Amino acid sequence: MAFLLLTPYNSKAAGMNLRKMPLTEIRSTNPVRVPALALAFAIGAALLTGPARAQSAASEGQKLAFDRGKGNCLTCHVIKGGDLPGSIGPELADIKRKYPDRKDLVAILNDETRRNPQTVMPPFGRNRILTEQEIDAIVDFLQTL
Amino acid sequence: MKLQSAIQFASAAVALAALIVIGPSAIAADSIDPAADAKAFQKYFTDKFPRLELKDFVNGPYSMNEDMRRQWQEKEEFPPYEFSLEAGKEMFSTPFRNGKTYADCFPNGGIGIRQDYPYFDGKEGKVVTLELALNRCREANGEAPISYVKDDMAALTAYMAFTSRGKPFDIKIPNDPRALEAFEDGKRYFYTRRGQLNFSCASCHVQNPGERIRAEILAPALGILNAMPIYRSEWGGMGTISRRFVTCNIQTRGVPLEPQSDEYRNLEYYLSYVSNGLPISGPGARP
Ligand code: HEC
Ligand code: HEC
Repeated sequence: MAFLLLTPYNSKAAGMNLRKMPLTEIRSTNPVRVPALALAFAIGAALLTGPARAQSAASEGQKLAFDRGKGNCLTCHVIKGGDLPGSIGPELADIKRKYPDRKDLVAILNDETRRNPQTVMPPFGRNRILTEQEIDAIVDFLQTL
Repeated sequence: MKLQSAIQFASAAVALAALIVIGPSAIAADSIDPAADAKAFQKYFTDKFPRLELKDFVNGPYSMNEDMRRQWQEKEEFPPYEFSLEAGKEMFSTPFRNGKTYADCFPNGGIGIRQDYPYFDGKEGKVVTLELALNRCREANGEAPISYVKDDMAALTAYMAFTSRGKPFDIKIPNDPRALEAFEDGKRYFYTRRGQLNFSCASCHVQNPGERIRAEILAPALGILNAMPIYRSEWGGMGTISRRFVTCNIQTRGVPLEPQSDEYRNLEYYLSYVSNGLPISGPGARP
């Protein structure tokens, strides 16, 4: 099990990426090949507005943070709702109070070695482990902690 | 971060800064001081874990706390590596087709010599590890080499380690600029970050020994090779030093090197030398 610890494995739910796609892109996909569930998610997401939308980004962020092939943040951090956390980094709690400016969180995720050259936290943005949008979603999630 | 780990982190950072080499070209052979490096290295770990004796470090993750130590003691009652030890003994004493045996290739018939490997071979100008020497022995006797990462190699090295248990690592660095450069190269490899995840070996085994990475407890770099080869429950089998190096490289999403490439040989030379004085404890068992 733990041998997979840092190697990617694909646990992405089929609908997850589609949910973020703009509707036009979804329309241009052959509808027969879009799984019904994913389509339902996509339409659902498009209908969401305001706070509901932010909530969905945060839950998407949580998935990305916990996914071993993506953020895999639990390798090092205790995070509410996650199993088998490591102890290398500090517990991620009370983040909104500690980092009221989301730019600071984006920077930490992008490349923490700029703040602390000795850190072992991977430079998720710089090394393209996560895309800008994925980092955004994870930051949304962090702000709920 | 808990205060204690914050302090540990800070001291790790200081030690690392002291150990890290600025740049490959900046190293002149006469500024390489393996003895001083080994002393500083051992002190870093004994300061970090004041309750452990030097010899305790050879049990890897099992040395890191009471709970783990108990698990280790329980495991040693029915050692999971026993099958490999038996197989290794059998292989070791079975003659090659030419009638010779492994014993003919090694000093003292190969018994009780694990602590002397790797050594620097002045003729070749390179580091020779035990795994490499075993395959060279096979080839010199007309046998095909065996995989560095599979069971047969683990079995042979398990047996040779077992006959050397308790003997302190006694790695020598002759006064030869090539030997010093090999040591320095291994050290550089150890402290250089690589892979998409940007880890060096030291990120995990110097900065974070005793911490959990997911559910696994990280072994300290001091004594990290003394127990090799190891049976890992997680692998459901044995692993050689080569296998462990490759695995750790893959975990950081780096590109692993060929087993027994010059870099890995130098890395093993460095890691073994800085553990001089600590007893061979292999074969080992791990979670
Ligand atoms: C390999 C270890 C590791 C991984 C994986 C990791 N981190 Fe970290 N993280 C650390 C460490 C260590 C720190 C402490 C600060 C430092 O080292 O600069 C830290 C600090 C942080 C901080 C600042 C916390 C504070 O209280 O100041 C945040 C936020 C954070 N990490 C988020 C994340 C997220 C989100 C992920 C996954 C996408 C992640 N980390 C993955 C090791 C890690
Ligand atoms: C991202 C973390 C990480 C990095 C980086 C890493 N390792 Fe490991 N290493 C582990 C884990 C996890 C284990 C299994 C638990 C343990 O024994 O430490 C391990 C185990 C080992 C072991 C066996 C220790 C034992 O007693 O069981 C050796 C030897 C080792 N690593 C060497 C290296 C070397 C050499 C490098 C660099 C090329 C390296 N590691 C880089 C995580 C890492």
